[in-house]
Amino acid sequence: MSEEEIVLIDEHGLRVDGRRPDQLRDIKIEVGVLANADGSAYIVQGKTKLLVAVYGPRELHPRHLALPDKALLRCRYHMAPFSVEERKSPAPSRREIELSKVIREALEPALLLHRFPRTAIDVFIEVLEADGGTRCAGVTAASVALADAGIPMKDLVAACAVGKVDGKLVIDLCDLEDKYGEVDMPVAYMPGKKHVTLLQMDGKLTREEFEEALKMAISACEKIYEFQKTALKRKFEAISLEVEEES
Amino acid sequence: MTIHVNRRAIVLPGELLAEGKYEAGANTYKEGDKIYSSVIGLAEIKNKVVSVIALKGCYIPKVGDIVIGIITDYSPTSWQVDINSPYTATLQVIDALPKPIDPAKENIRKFFDVGDVIVGEITIFDKTRNPMLTTKGKGYGKLSGGRLIEISPTKIPRLIGRRGSMINMIKKELNCQIIVGQNGRIWISAKKPEYEEIAVKVIKKIEAEAQIPGLTERVRKLIEEEKSKIKSGGAS
Repeated sequence: MSEEEIVLIDEHGLRVDGRRPDQLRDIKIEVGVLANADGSAYIVQGKTKLLVAVYGPRELHPRHLALPDKALLRCRYHMAPFSVEERKSPAPSRREIELSKVIREALEPALLLHRFPRTAIDVFIEVLEADGGTRCAGVTAASVALADAGIPMKDLVAACAVGKVDGKLVIDLCDLEDKYGEVDMPVAYMPGKKHVTLLQMDGKLTREEFEEALKMAISACEKIYEFQKTALKRKFEAISLEVEEES
Repeated sequence: MTIHVNRRAIVLPGELLAEGKYEAGANTYKEGDKIYSSVIGLAEIKNKVVSVIALKGCYIPKVGDIVIGIITDYSPTSWQVDINSPYTATLQVIDALPKPIDPAKENIRKFFDVGDVIVGEITIFDKTRNPMLTTKGKGYGKLSGGRLIEISPTKIPRLIGRRGSMINMIKKELNCQIIVGQNGRIWISAKKPEYEEIAVKVIKKIEAEAQIPGLTERVRKLIEEEKSKIKSGGAS
């Protein structure tokens, strides 16, 4: 079986999808796309597409899970069977269960959960198309959906991955780079608070590379933060425009 | 001492509102001497208190609030009431009936049954216990007839208006009875069913456009338009 050599960075220093190493994919965020959820968001980041729904704070069932001093945050990351090339079984896999936990813990520090003791806040992240960076896009969109639901929070959480591909540090990895690159390091960050809420790494980096990578991830998160803010503001400004047109 | 936002500007969670000797009001939090917004909403500054009017959110009970609830369950001496909140309220027989009853002889379903809509007041609520209701008082008790609608609880202050200006205007213009629950439920009853329709439309408009100035005038215009539609429709 012969496998074609994959060129991740070409002679011009461009990546498989033609991006520069420090360039994000195109991001589109839509807020309030689901009528029945308390808050929702749809994010398209390159070819990665996902939908987030937030419900709550609401009565917690089963009751015995209730926390006496704060709300319980529950998170479900799930990939649609059609989101990847080979059909994925819809049953939650080990990876999805782990990502659900990781995303929950990335969002928790941002939320003021003690305002709603004994209740539950549910976050559902549905991956519609996966092309790398789904956990980061999930965190980004989930915090937008939580803000849309009116849940009090300290700051929005933005997330982005950095990685090492062909010996070079690159931002916002796509699926190919994730699979054939050397390092993948997802980072979630609260730009207003300068607080890292998630940091994972698979692969090896030197200390210098790690510091450089973290810096790159943080500056990427700050860019994503701007997208989140405009998306949220746009929804509420749209209503004002409608009224102005009427009168 | 600086204010970083304009009054009535849209603010987002984590946005810096003010620095220095200000007090943190509703929907804000304080870190050091800096005050930040915790929700998406409109900034409000009044007498050194910086707060945010939330655009969305659920109803959190407060003692003294008038709420409209729906009975969901009953026990020999109490009812469980859904008050459109993460917390279910309890209504005890002694808080509902003038005389105590003997649970062995009488079934409390006679008074309120599952599915009944009631108006009551919150008497007790804290972080550790679910709210308690009372229906003893003028105008409290079971509601029948009319119709019930739900809007976002954060828009209720706007629907009531300053000292009830908005709601009184609607009541007068449409000649109807309206009970507004702080929990976002509204009961409307008018002699003419067409007017009930208008009231529903008007309230939905207020919900959608709550944050935009000049609302009272737009609402008045809508009522006039709808009323004239009915008149011309009835004449032809």
